[in-house]
Amino acid sequence: MIIEFGLYALVLSLATAIVLSILPILGARRGDANLMAVAPVAALGQFALVTTSFGILMHAHLVSDFSVANVWENSHSLIPTLYKVSGVWGNHEGSMMLWLFILSLFSALVALFGGNLPATLRANVLAVQGWISSAFILFIVLTSNPFLRIMPPPPEGRDLNPVLQDVGLAIHPPLLYLGYVGFSVCFSFAVAALMEGRIDAAWARWVRPWALAAWTFLTAGIAMGSYWAYYELGWGGWWFWDPVENASFMPWLAGTALLHSALVMEKREALKIWTVLLAILTFSLSLLGTFLVRSGVLTSVHAFASDPSRGVFILAILVIFIGGALTLFALRASSLTAGGLFAPVSREGALVLNNLILTVSTATVLIGTLYPMALESLTGEKISVGAPFFNLTFGLLMLPLLLAVPFGPLLAWKRADLLGAAQRLFFAVAAGFVIAIVIWYFENGGPVLAVLGMALAFYLMVGALTDLWLRGGFGKVPFSTALRRLAGLPRSAIGTAFAHFGLGVTVLGIVAVSAFQTENVLEMKPGQTVEAGGYALKFEGMQRGQGPNFTEDRGTFTLSKSGSSLGTISSSKRVYTARQMPTTEAGIRTFGLSQFYIALGDVMPDGGIVVRVWWKPFIVCIWFGALIMMVGGFISLSDRRLRVGAPSRRAKKAAVPALEAAE
Amino acid sequence: MIRRIAFAFFLLLSALPAHAVNPDEVLADPKLEARAREISSHLRCLVCQNQSIDDSNAELARDLRLLVRERLKAGASDQQVYDYLVSRYGEFVLLKPRLSEHTLLLWGAPAVLALLGVMALGFFAASRNTKRKTVALTDEEKARVEAILKE
Repeated sequence: MIIEFGLYALVLSLATAIVLSILPILGARRGDANLMAVAPVAALGQFALVTTSFGILMHAHLVSDFSVANVWENSHSLIPTLYKVSGVWGNHEGSMMLWLFILSLFSALVALFGGNLPATLRANVLAVQGWISSAFILFIVLTSNPFLRIMPPPPEGRDLNPVLQDVGLAIHPPLLYLGYVGFSVCFSFAVAALMEGRIDAAWARWVRPWALAAWTFLTAGIAMGSYWAYYELGWGGWWFWDPVENASFMPWLAGTALLHSALVMEKREALKIWTVLLAILTFSLSLLGTFLVRSGVLTSVHAFASDPSRGVFILAILVIFIGGALTLFALRASSLTAGGLFAPVSREGALVLNNLILTVSTATVLIGTLYPMALESLTGEKISVGAPFFNLTFGLLMLPLLLAVPFGPLLAWKRADLLGAAQRLFFAVAAGFVIAIVIWYFENGGPVLAVLGMALAFYLMVGALTDLWLRGGFGKVPFSTALRRLAGLPRSAIGTAFAHFGLGVTVLGIVAVSAFQTENVLEMKPGQTVEAGGYALKFEGMQRGQGPNFTEDRGTFTLSKSGSSLGTISSSKRVYTARQMPTTEAGIRTFGLSQFYIALGDVMPDGGIVVRVWWKPFIVCIWFGALIMMVGGFISLSDRRLRVGAPSRRAKKAAVPALEAAE
Repeated sequence: MIRRIAFAFFLLLSALPAHAVNPDEVLADPKLEARAREISSHLRCLVCQNQSIDDSNAELARDLRLLVRERLKAGASDQQVYDYLVSRYGEFVLLKPRLSEHTLLLWGAPAVLALLGVMALGFFAASRNTKRKTVALTDEEKARVEAILKE
């Protein structure tokens, strides 16, 4: 009975979403405050209903109600409670419910915190959120109903896919969706602004926190996914340029560009049209990602046929929303007035460069991901576009961007002194090279490119700190004064420094692990020892073990350095009983920022076992850098500007021609 | 979503207990082996989901790895190994597609887009400047200016 109530709540939420889609817009058109006031109520109501429905699905999974097809297919009575919960979104129907839940959550947040928005803007934004919600609820109800029953109920479930039985599943999808779906708010703001035909710096000020929050979650989600793949898939890779990864990476790149262009718009009222377009494109890429992953079009072009209704439905949503928004943009963009002028060398100019490179990178990833599909359907020719292609093209595009990053915050608005900024960054460049050469020396050499790469990484880090150093006035004023100045800086400046520093840390991890990683593939027998990264690894032997829903063969290794023992590492091969599916559990030990990574291979006829041992120097930096970027995002979110009071619509000054003014 | 389900699932389907490079495959000559690894990372495991034969544990990947090493031992250059594999398995086997009329768009896109972007920026900047440019002096006015300056 309660299951039917879940479906009932879902259908009712569709009705609410439709009301939300229509009435507030009518109200905004006619200036009817009562109709506009429907928006927040409907948004909150829809959130309550979707939450109820999602909660009921979760309850069914928790109590292992196998009369529900979704639970039967993706759960088991014996799996730990955590996996019963995360198993809710470890399948198509449930993950769409999570998508919808987070979308409704964002609508509710706009309703709650949008009190200081102009009434018409709030009504329109919420209505656009209502359109998106309606489309997705309809999609779930018509093609992906998670509440279907089976009669008679089977006694036991078919178990959750073993690869997903990991804490990663509990964290990664919700974070990723918070990012993906968070950009829907920016999209709604953009569409609402186009409908009103009015846009100004205040608009950018309202949009930026949403973009920032979504970006922060997406950063966390992607980093978490990368680490999960790293330890779960068992061959030590952390990024594969897999189409599914690219699907989440594209909105991240576009979102990063959006974050930066919104800054220009907020501060200088420039790049308005471009910012609106980016807001639309970023969420469009989120939708595209959802489509690519959910329709199965990526696994194979023919998977489309296996469930055409879902693929076609999402494709229709995609076409309507992206096409509609872009048409609206084409019709209305010209009515948006251009803003302040700036010289090519200026903070704005640097941010335009950032946007140019990030947009081209996004397009490159998009084209690379879709090219094989397009080519095959047009000519029948099959080609592959894999990691080597992306590493080359994306790498080349990133290089100028990374070089420019430390310059950005040092340049003044309107017109800046490039030579001056370069002089102030001299220390960062020098420090970068010195540290890189020292590391190179301790790693006993390596390719010259590695030195350049590491110098770039440290240049990014020191460059990010340079901005804070100069702003605090360290070295010029007494230390305590400088510290006080630093504490008084706007949080967004500190957030920027964190994010840019984190980028440097990630680059360091990528470069170091590509250049200095060592790998040993060998057959080991108990008692045998192998050297890696200056450590000695001794294979102790294999034991058989039993988990709640799997059996495993566990290999134990002891690690020592120059005679002193550093404890044991174990790595295992599991077979999950319900699905008879084998997995490998890598053995990982962290030393500072570096890691030991051990994966087991085949058992040989003579009793030995194939062991793969990697020493991955600085690999933790890859994810640690993302964590620092995230912290930067949160610090920036706590900025006073974004927290306190209603941002006033500033009286529109006649755009002061910056060029002339400066002359 | 669960971006790897399909990916990992596929992987596991082919995960007969074997793994990427095995010790018995490794060539005695470390230089040759390094080349083999580099080549392997550029070749697609044809039965896997977007994996190189270097990473894959499928039987076919193993066969291809052995094939690459066999060719290298026979003295083939990297290019000859790639050509040989393409002749047997088609362009699909290359993870980095070769430049041809069909991949021109793929390889050209980043550069062309960057160029278009720069041109668009230049165009916008120029159109803005012209809007603000003062109207040019007429000949008569120029003559007067020159006359005044000469004085």
